[in-house]
Amino acid sequence: MTKLDPESRAAARGLSDLTIRNLFIIPTIAFLIIFNIFPLLYSLAYSFTDFRASTNAPANFVGLQNYRDLLSDPFIWKNFSITAKYVLISVTGQVFVGFGLAMLLNRSIPAKGLITTLLLLPMMLSMAVVGLFWKLLYDPNFGIINYFLGLDKFEWLADPDMALYAIAIVDIWMWAPFVMLLSLAGLSAVPKHLYEAAEIDRASGLYTFFRITLPLVAPILMIAIIFRTMEAFKTFDLAYVLSSQPTTELIAIRLYKMAFQEWQTGMSSALAYIVLIMVVAITNIYVKYLNKVKAR
Amino acid sequence: MRNKLIGMAGGLALALASGTSAYAQELTIFWAEWDPANYLQELVNEYEAETGVSVTVETTPWSDFQTKAFTEFNARGSAYDMIVGDSQWLGAASEGGHYVDLTDFFNEHNLGEVMAPATVKYYAEYPGNSGKYWAVPAEGDAVGWSYRKDWFEDPAEMAAFKEKYGYDLGVPADWKQLTDIAEFFHRPDENRYGIAIYTDNSYDAMVMGVENAIFSYGAELGNFETYEVDGYVNSDKAVAALENYKKLYSFTPPGWAKTFFVENNQAITEGLVAMSMNYFAFFPALLNDSTNPHAANTGFFANPAGPDGDQFAALGGQGISIVSYSENQEEAMKFLEWFIKDETQKRWAELGGYTASAAVLKSDEFRQATPYNEAFYQTMFKVKDFWAVPEFAELLTSANQRLYPFIVGNEGTAKETLDALAADWEATFKKYGRAQ
Repeated sequence: MTKLDPESRAAARGLSDLTIRNLFIIPTIAFLIIFNIFPLLYSLAYSFTDFRASTNAPANFVGLQNYRDLLSDPFIWKNFSITAKYVLISVTGQVFVGFGLAMLLNRSIPAKGLITTLLLLPMMLSMAVVGLFWKLLYDPNFGIINYFLGLDKFEWLADPDMALYAIAIVDIWMWAPFVMLLSLAGLSAVPKHLYEAAEIDRASGLYTFFRITLPLVAPILMIAIIFRTMEAFKTFDLAYVLSSQPTTELIAIRLYKMAFQEWQTGMSSALAYIVLIMVVAITNIYVKYLNKVKAR
Repeated sequence: MRNKLIGMAGGLALALASGTSAYAQELTIFWAEWDPANYLQELVNEYEAETGVSVTVETTPWSDFQTKAFTEFNARGSAYDMIVGDSQWLGAASEGGHYVDLTDFFNEHNLGEVMAPATVKYYAEYPGNSGKYWAVPAEGDAVGWSYRKDWFEDPAEMAAFKEKYGYDLGVPADWKQLTDIAEFFHRPDENRYGIAIYTDNSYDAMVMGVENAIFSYGAELGNFETYEVDGYVNSDKAVAALENYKKLYSFTPPGWAKTFFVENNQAITEGLVAMSMNYFAFFPALLNDSTNPHAANTGFFANPAGPDGDQFAALGGQGISIVSYSENQEEAMKFLEWFIKDETQKRWAELGGYTASAAVLKSDEFRQATPYNEAFYQTMFKVKDFWAVPEFAELLTSANQRLYPFIVGNEGTAKETLDALAADWEATFKKYGRAQ
């Protein structure tokens, strides 16, 4: 049988390279340019202007003024520090809870499949629904959390110092299963013979965990951390629905208010770019670390 | 073939003609989702019965109202012919070219005298004292109070109150009495609390509550003509007012750190508090036995006076404007002509809407129609409002950022809070070239 090169095979089926390019690649690139690249560049241009979408006034070029104003605004820095605190609490919690659950589920237990499925349910729910649901659970007058914990009228969301933790708890409840799922995949890929060898050498449980399990699962755990950090940095709906107050005003909420309540279009575009640059920078640090972990 | 072509052209012409005709017979009014919007829909159904012009009141939740309205304005969209917009929007909507100038209409119908003066000043005119009008006062509203009459009239409570404070328990005449009563009834052990006030830091909720205190203490937010704020919003009177508002917060039920009109009505319906601040437009639900088990024991009063006898209230409510991008402006203008008629305004009040018509407001029939209409009538002649400049949302953000940490978070002092707010507002007015 004569072997055909890919071009000849496509030609034999009636699709030449040119046709494939015209039918699939060009429309895809055009779509990406129109709906992704163009708005990105357009908003970048706006970030250097004083444009306000709610007025008929033209956009005036102001150079880096918006960036300067934002970076010297103490409230914006407060929003960033709240966001950083939230990301740290939330992602750390998700990693500990998610990885812990994965360790438990990695053993042979009855109804393992059903338990895994049930644990995955929270992350399938809508953020807004979860927010409203937990708002009721936290209510100091008739919420069941205080009832079960015997906390009487403890104010989870109304207390400015507690509210951010309360939101992070909900985020951990919702997204720890995601970390669990990835960790389970990593744990099931650890070769069994390594554990057998450790057992023969009478290695302790801690030694096995830190020298075999963790190093081998670390790369996939890092991927989970990258995803969750990016998402936690952009959190909007959960915090907005649960308790949008100054101590919980994440940067995404401030951005929304600036763009769609105050209609500071130019300024909010600049803030969006600052957030984008920060997320890209943090992700790059993680990716570099991930590559190091993989290389070990 | 020729006949076919003629037939097609005729059909097309007919379709176009009927399409245009149908288009002009429909009007859409955009408003927020609340009872007055339902009353307005009932009212405009009568307009349709009279004229054949169908009017739809399209609504959206309050939390989306401003965003949705301005998104449509910014897109120069013609989805809405008229909008019942917030008073603060006048500057942004008029300077942005989103509202039709109604000055001629206003003068032609002498609305400056037909409508209550405060409603004309705050719902219709921009800039202040310019004689330019952009809306017809539609839903008058202000912040007032509801209270538990049975608690106030309980002989044992009355005696205990008199013994503790040295005067009779009754509807508070001033903010000191309001605070005393809140303190008196604040009994967490009995699941009974003193007062419900606005604390939600989104949009204008908490600011409206604080304004109730600031205005009645004789202070101002600033000079609305020169845009000076230092010495106004941080005056001694304003500081005293804010301190008192914070004190009232300590007599609210648990979890009262982000509350607005829904929670404040719930505070009464659930029997939690002695007194509750809210817009008059939300009071009908408190007189309904099916929504308020304490309806028979619920009373109402206007915002009390401050220490020097000044008595004002924060303005709610909205005016109705024609959207510049509407394709049915003539029809909308005809609708407004119908809306301002005395009999329409009377009917609007009968349905539950808060008319701004001075004649209807003053009538005994209106003042005695409900237990809260008298308080509403008194209030509508002593209302004051927030800044209506195009950058009002930035001013609101600054106010929320400064006031909330003090009232709820116990951060800083009232003086520090208001000094910082004055500095923020000054910076905003300088940024937009309104102040030197």
